[in-house]
Amino acid sequence: MAETLLFNALREAIDEEMGRDETVFVLGEDVGQYGGSYKVTKDLYDKYGEFRVLDTPIAENSFTGMAVGAAMTGLRPIIEGMNMGFLLLAFNQIANNAGMLRYTSGGNFKIPMVIRGPGGVGRQLGAEHSQRLEAYFQAVPGLKIVACSTPYNAKGLLKSAIRDDNPVLFFEHVLLYNLKEDLPNHEYLVPLDKAEIVRPGKDVTILTYSRMRHHVTQAVKGLVAKGFDPEVIDLISLKPLDFETIGASIKKTHRVIVVEECMRTGGIGAEIIASINDRFFDELDAPVLRLSSQDIPTPYNGKLESLTIVQPKQIEAAVENMLALKV
Amino acid sequence: MVQERTLPQFQAPAASISSEEGLRLYEDMILGRFFEDKCAEMYYRGKMFGFVHLYNGQEAVSSGVIKSMRPDDYVCSTYRDHVHALSAGVPAKNVMAELFGKETGCSRGRGGSMHLFSGEHNLLGGFAFIGEGIPVALGAAFQTHYRRVALGDASADQVTACFFGDGTTNNGQFFECLNMAALWKLPILFVVENNKWAIGMAHERATSQPEIYKKASVFGMPGYEVDGMDVMAVRSIAQEAVARARAGEGPTLIECLTYRFRGHSLADPDELRSKAEKEEWLARDPIKRFEAYLLEQNLADEATLKGVRDRIQTTIDDALTFAEESPEPSPDDLYKYIFADS
Ligand SMILES: Cc1ncc(C[n+]2csc(CCOP(=O)(O)OP(=O)(O)O)c2C)c(N)n1
Repeated sequence: MAETLLFNALREAIDEEMGRDETVFVLGEDVGQYGGSYKVTKDLYDKYGEFRVLDTPIAENSFTGMAVGAAMTGLRPIIEGMNMGFLLLAFNQIANNAGMLRYTSGGNFKIPMVIRGPGGVGRQLGAEHSQRLEAYFQAVPGLKIVACSTPYNAKGLLKSAIRDDNPVLFFEHVLLYNLKEDLPNHEYLVPLDKAEIVRPGKDVTILTYSRMRHHVTQAVKGLVAKGFDPEVIDLISLKPLDFETIGASIKKTHRVIVVEECMRTGGIGAEIIASINDRFFDELDAPVLRLSSQDIPTPYNGKLESLTIVQPKQIEAAVENMLALKV
Repeated sequence: MVQERTLPQFQAPAASISSEEGLRLYEDMILGRFFEDKCAEMYYRGKMFGFVHLYNGQEAVSSGVIKSMRPDDYVCSTYRDHVHALSAGVPAKNVMAELFGKETGCSRGRGGSMHLFSGEHNLLGGFAFIGEGIPVALGAAFQTHYRRVALGDASADQVTACFFGDGTTNNGQFFECLNMAALWKLPILFVVENNKWAIGMAHERATSQPEIYKKASVFGMPGYEVDGMDVMAVRSIAQEAVARARAGEGPTLIECLTYRFRGHSLADPDELRSKAEKEEWLARDPIKRFEAYLLEQNLADEATLKGVRDRIQTTIDDALTFAEESPEPSPDDLYKYIFADS
């Protein structure tokens, strides 16, 4: 066991996969000589050379399309979005080509590619650098969407994403890169489509992902101290959602709270609630509650910024409230 | 008003071509023309749907470029893609079946007119959005370069041809990809089919420097202007560019001056282009011109050319029967092909 920071866990995943498969390569802005803005590709340029760790010009849509073409013809590109928000400029290539082209080609081509990088609300990075793109992309057919949250799952998930024959959007969170954890010395993979039960419990199901997992964990400490027993599930896979795990939990707790950093309107939570109503309505003892970010561009001011996203105290209060009303 | 641009001179008689090769080009152009005429007929008879953009008039470009390439090279097209697919070797019956939305279509009825694909023929699409195929083509060329340079595979010498229109060259992807292709010396041909119009927008009204081939120079890339109504001229430039790309010497921009004989799509009333302009270009019909050339040079006689036309007519008739008789995709397969394991 070795203690590893999350950014290094990602780096190990890429290094191991590049080592075992020579068609795997990384491209993006400053991924090569500079080693990546968050050092996820540090030293890989020296190890694998300038074409396997390719520094691209600042041309997001075009280098994303280039990765699509490379993937169609047999390579396995990993794009690093310097900040995932910049990939809004690549929306066309991600949606029309990465996502849909297998279908429109009638199965003629596979698009094995990973698009990964930092996103989420950081420490006063301002609106454009604090985006949560998962909501924008969830409607695109043909994409898988994954959000890592710990060094352990980051490494195992990224390795699976690289090996997957489909386009995977892989979300990292700027504030989690320095999270530490002991990782196994042996190789391991984590499946892309399985939610992770962070804490089993019987009173209420809390569904969350990415950095909010840690806010929830903090809130749960207070709740447990007060005698509550919540079940916490880290969704990991935002598309497709793991309704098997979610459903099993609801059948046990009959109450659900979604905690997300995503925008409230049209967010992941909105989709989850609609799907839970479709599938498990009869199991519910209360309406599903969602704690989401405010529908505003993330303000720069620190106080306003923290009001924009969900805080552990709010989670604690919401759960308490819901369980206090328990009949 | 719209200024007429003089076509570059090409000394066709000085260029050499064998009779066999000449007939191969002729056949390909006839295939393209007859196929498109049949599409128009089927569209107006309500058998073909959606936006259908025909290629009539531009055949010398597709045949001149793609027939200068190998079957294992890559072709990347636009929404005006039927003829590129045919030149790349996708059988006419599979293209026709695709336009009828049938399971036997090259994209299994999921793509339609603007989304033709064939893994087997290295046809990378079919892209409905302006310019979005250019980065994809760049990726295929990068893939070849990667195999050759990063993985040391000397046999990786495939070339990618990427087609697009004059209107598309005002889009950022064009400039971004020219930059990367030149920077990394990728084996790619950027083939501009300058037919003077982007739907109803005259090229000169949208483009500050209408001589597109000159834009190559700022990227340190060879750029050529070629008479796109002359298959021999296109072929000659394409062969050079392909050889350069195969030798690892990087990309070429080729601007083919051509014209579409029909409206932008079959839904376009084509009211803007003047009669005089259309007539001037119709007089340069690349097929008639090449016929005359083959006869003048004694590369073929009229009977042989008629034989080609008759054979292609049969191919088209067979393609139509095949398309009409083919099954539709099964409703059970609605979700098939979303992911690689389905
Ligand atoms: C991104 C995008 N914007 C607009 C359109 C609509 N559109 C289809 S074809 C076309 C004109 C393109 O002209 P050009 O590139 O010269 O090609 P041509 O049709 O002449 O072959 C336009 C504007 C589109 N398909 N994609």
